[in-house]
Amino acid sequence: MSHVEFFPAAASTIAGSIDNIYFVWLALSAVIAIAIAVLVVIFAIKYRRSSTADRTVAVGARYEHTMHRIEVTWTLVPLIIFLAMFLWSANAYYESATVPHDAIPVYVVGKQWMWHIEHRGGQREIGELHIPVGRTIALVMTSQDVIHSFSIPGFRVKQDVLPGRYTTLWFKATRTGDFRWFCTQYCGTAHSLMIGRVFVMEPGDFDRWLAVSDTEGSMAAKGARRFRQFGCSGCHGPSANVHAPRLEGLFGKPVQLQDGRSVIADERFIRDSVFLPNKDVPANYEPIMPSFRGQIDEEQMLEIIEYLKSMENVPQGVQR
Amino acid sequence: MSSISVAQHENYLTADFRLWSWLTTLDHKRIAVLYTVSITLLFFIGGAAAALIRLNLLTPYSELVSIETYNKLFTMHGVIMVWFFLIPSIPTTLGNFLVPLMIGARDLAFPRLNLLSWYLYVIGALFAIESLIAGGVDTGWTFYTPFSTMFSNTHVFAAVAGVFIAGFSSILTGLNFIVTIHEMRAPGLSWFRLPLFIWAMYATSLILVLATPVLAMTLVLIAVEHFFRIGVFDPALGGDPLLFQHLFWFYSHPAVYIMIVPAMGVASEIIGCFARNRIFGYRFMAYAMLAIAAFGFVVWGHHMFVSGQSAYAGTVFSLLTFLVSVPSAIKVFNWTATLYKGRISFEAPMLYALGFVGLFTIGGLTGLFLASLGLDVQLHDTYFVVAHFHYIMVGGAVMAFFGGIHFWWPKVTGRMYSDAWARFAAIVTFVGFNLTFFPQFIVGYLGMPRRYPEYPPEFQLWNVLSSTGAVILALGYALPLFYLFRSLRDGPTAPSNPWNAKGLEWQTSSPPLPENFLRTPIVAEEPYSYSSDGPSHG
Repeated sequence: MSHVEFFPAAASTIAGSIDNIYFVWLALSAVIAIAIAVLVVIFAIKYRRSSTADRTVAVGARYEHTMHRIEVTWTLVPLIIFLAMFLWSANAYYESATVPHDAIPVYVVGKQWMWHIEHRGGQREIGELHIPVGRTIALVMTSQDVIHSFSIPGFRVKQDVLPGRYTTLWFKATRTGDFRWFCTQYCGTAHSLMIGRVFVMEPGDFDRWLAVSDTEGSMAAKGARRFRQFGCSGCHGPSANVHAPRLEGLFGKPVQLQDGRSVIADERFIRDSVFLPNKDVPANYEPIMPSFRGQIDEEQMLEIIEYLKSMENVPQGVQR
Repeated sequence: MSSISVAQHENYLTADFRLWSWLTTLDHKRIAVLYTVSITLLFFIGGAAAALIRLNLLTPYSELVSIETYNKLFTMHGVIMVWFFLIPSIPTTLGNFLVPLMIGARDLAFPRLNLLSWYLYVIGALFAIESLIAGGVDTGWTFYTPFSTMFSNTHVFAAVAGVFIAGFSSILTGLNFIVTIHEMRAPGLSWFRLPLFIWAMYATSLILVLATPVLAMTLVLIAVEHFFRIGVFDPALGGDPLLFQHLFWFYSHPAVYIMIVPAMGVASEIIGCFARNRIFGYRFMAYAMLAIAAFGFVVWGHHMFVSGQSAYAGTVFSLLTFLVSVPSAIKVFNWTATLYKGRISFEAPMLYALGFVGLFTIGGLTGLFLASLGLDVQLHDTYFVVAHFHYIMVGGAVMAFFGGIHFWWPKVTGRMYSDAWARFAAIVTFVGFNLTFFPQFIVGYLGMPRRYPEYPPEFQLWNVLSSTGAVILALGYALPLFYLFRSLRDGPTAPSNPWNAKGLEWQTSSPPLPENFLRTPIVAEEPYSYSSDGPSHG
């Protein structure tokens, strides 16, 4: 052990504000704990059984009034401090819970007991995550089995990774270097081996890293192949004669459902439509789509989603 | 009170010596003794698991046990300590013994249910122990789905069945206390003349009765999903994994108050007695415990800030969590103020009670860190959380429990123990506890996750400190076994009221008569009517 650490490196844009909350709580706690300890010691000495200190208390209405004021004071003062800290920390939480629009998505699948990462360009990683410094990254995450959690202490971020839904974790690294990441939701035997490192690189180095990493094409290109491989294009493709929704330009748009609800066509909607097709049936379509549960795995699903996203900018009606 | 004439009568211990008389007893005091023996055994089993965990964490490479074994050890530690020690600890031992004595009653309202409660506890504990002998459970005490229902290949269902059965024991105890406190108070003992320990038992019983059924239903749903493959929690079957967490914490957060509110009651009795002072703000103290019990039901979502529940839900749960902290803060201030102008002495129970106040304060303050939404993201599921809840549930609840055992030991057994040894044990426990758990706050903020048998080497220093502290802490917990047992053999006979304490339990002999009191006491005094400016033995 070369040096003793008390605080982790602060390497993301939100780390500073989280640390500030931590430091203020440390200071407040120290003041309160020391004040109580000092009072206990003073009373313990001054009013020890053998001491002759004055113990007379003025009884009567005035005394009762004073006691009441003391109780009200030490009820209200903590309440006000707590409310202030609540507002401050909730504000910091909203910042970390709101994904910026310019975020670069990186896809993450957790499974017992490894992390699969795939960049949009199709570069895959296991247990390592390469990202550029100063760019907003959004991890779009799901689990193939049990609940995991993705935690990077150096960035002060953490988010559970759930089977059956997508959760998003975003951050913007402020300096280069490598930072540990952990699975922080107990997930079985090798939970403690579900760890990795985030490598934060200069943008130029990152671009070179992307270029030299092996890919079989971009995620969207892989998704396009899956789209044909699993027969999606048979109904949703341009030459299909089945009455099925066309998917060009769909991503991110509202979809009117049969039951009157309207939902945004996000990652969750697409995944549910493939695995649980009877859950959100679009208006004016028959619920004839079969479920692809067990045929398409989570990584393939993410590639298909990325393919649908890539169709986003294609104008309606243009055939591919 | 003429304790001399009373001392000639037989007491509850000498009434019948046969084993059968113990196993069929309806006397609340004997049932309390049965419970004490059982939970002490379970405490040392859970403690042995903790010792192995700390030993393994001396190095970063899990050199003592395999990672599978480690996972089973922390599960065993959690399951046994939470359900078979902490939750029953004070209510079933001190509570069972003292509730009728403190309110001047002959027994609890339902003595047979009380005995049934102990048998259910024992059967539940046997299931849990069976799951360990059969090979262990690796889910953690939280049984998170879908891991517990669909993925773990260990003996989850024996453990779940054990917890399910023990839950009924909790419900029966809670029900018994509520009825007893409502219906069986001695003449003159109005609600605001009750000792705070009784208020604590009342508040705790409300939680036991209202929250435990939710746990029972949740455990049944785990079994339903596992055995019949009906999708409740596993999304692969159409279930919702977060539903389990909501149901689980709806019980398990109030369960924290089941552990700590009784400790608050014990500490109040001890501090009042050894400061020879009225409890400062008595009514506020009683209301604070009821407020904690009530608010405790609406803060469960603070265990789920990073689980994927909505940010709005998180905000509401954070706010409510800050609100529940206010009554806890009030209590700390009031215990401190009770010392003001007291006539304080420092026998072992008082040292334990003051230790409780200190450790509970640190536990409470660090709880505020965790209630803070943005900051909790960093702290969640790290050693910071482990340290925080140990400060509350071990530093707080167990310290107070030991204080209570020392305070009422002369009443329960009729013997005095060595106060010097006991004071030594209290100090060793306090020092060992802080050395064990304080470093965990630091390594937690650094990011060390819970439930890791192996960890990055930069965390080792803090783990070595923690494991060293655990050795001292273990000594602190083991010492009372020796001097308390010795007191049974050759300790001096205890008088009825060795501490000159107020409260009806001190007005009967030590140990009490089988029927508690020769005549039903009549209460004409306010609680804690100690007078610190009078003679020192008031």
